[in-house]
Amino acid sequence: MTEVHRDSGMAPRVRALETLLEQRGVVDGAELDAILDRLLTTGSPLHGAKVVARAWTDDGFRARLLDDGTAAVGELGLSMGHGPAPVRLRVVRNTAAVHNVIVCTLCSCYPISLLGPSPSWYKSAAYRARMVRWPREVLAEFGLTLDPEVKIRVWDSSAETRYLVLPRPPEDAAGSSEAQLAARVTRAGMIGTAPM
Amino acid sequence: MTERFAADTRVRVRLADPLGHTRAPRYVRGRAGVVVAVHGEHPLPDAVVAGADPQDVREPVYAVRFGSDELWGVDGHSVTIELWESYLEPADD
Repeated sequence: MTEVHRDSGMAPRVRALETLLEQRGVVDGAELDAILDRLLTTGSPLHGAKVVARAWTDDGFRARLLDDGTAAVGELGLSMGHGPAPVRLRVVRNTAAVHNVIVCTLCSCYPISLLGPSPSWYKSAAYRARMVRWPREVLAEFGLTLDPEVKIRVWDSSAETRYLVLPRPPEDAAGSSEAQLAARVTRAGMIGTAPM
Repeated sequence: MTERFAADTRVRVRLADPLGHTRAPRYVRGRAGVVVAVHGEHPLPDAVVAGADPQDVREPVYAVRFGSDELWGVDGHSVTIELWESYLEPADD
């Protein structure tokens, strides 16, 4: 519980800082509110699930998505440009040999437009510190036990790129529609802390 | 600006310990990794927060992959992180 208390002390500090920045004319409160509204009301994990399901069912789209995620999600009417500055999207694909997982060690960078607001554990100091050091053990704590021979690629999303994990499709995917597959994709799967 | 490091180049993160903001986390400082991609040019956050005009301090940003053996002395995973060019130097080894 120590962690919860330490993190909760951040909110008044952020409010104090925002007030000072507004008083000095560095930021405009109304503009900030508009950005937050746009992010929080347009971002949803349903978007990410649609991207994943399309990648599972359309080989051409999958190739474009892995090559240039930012452009490819535009084909589905989605954008990485909702925040104060546009960011690049890189989609990383899980295979039988490689498992990808996303963390931001410096803060909590996250593809909000594709996944909605991030879960509280993603922002916790424990997740951020431990995922780069003990990913196999942390994933096991999430209930995802990987074979020892599977290599783990951790992506520290602390700069200009946001990452989305493309999970492996379910083994019984054949015959399912894109919408049926999208309903099976979870937010944790797209962060890399669940298989799908 | 042209990139100093191409993909597949081995680089080392400089052992700087700035008092102000930086996006080179402590766990990669002094460690050697491999450039896996060049991710365009972006303003150096260290300089922007110090008051520089972002347009004046743009530099190449690289996705650099570090083995867990290099970071932590254990096998089995890698960590890939974006680093600004001025955080990096060629790895001699």
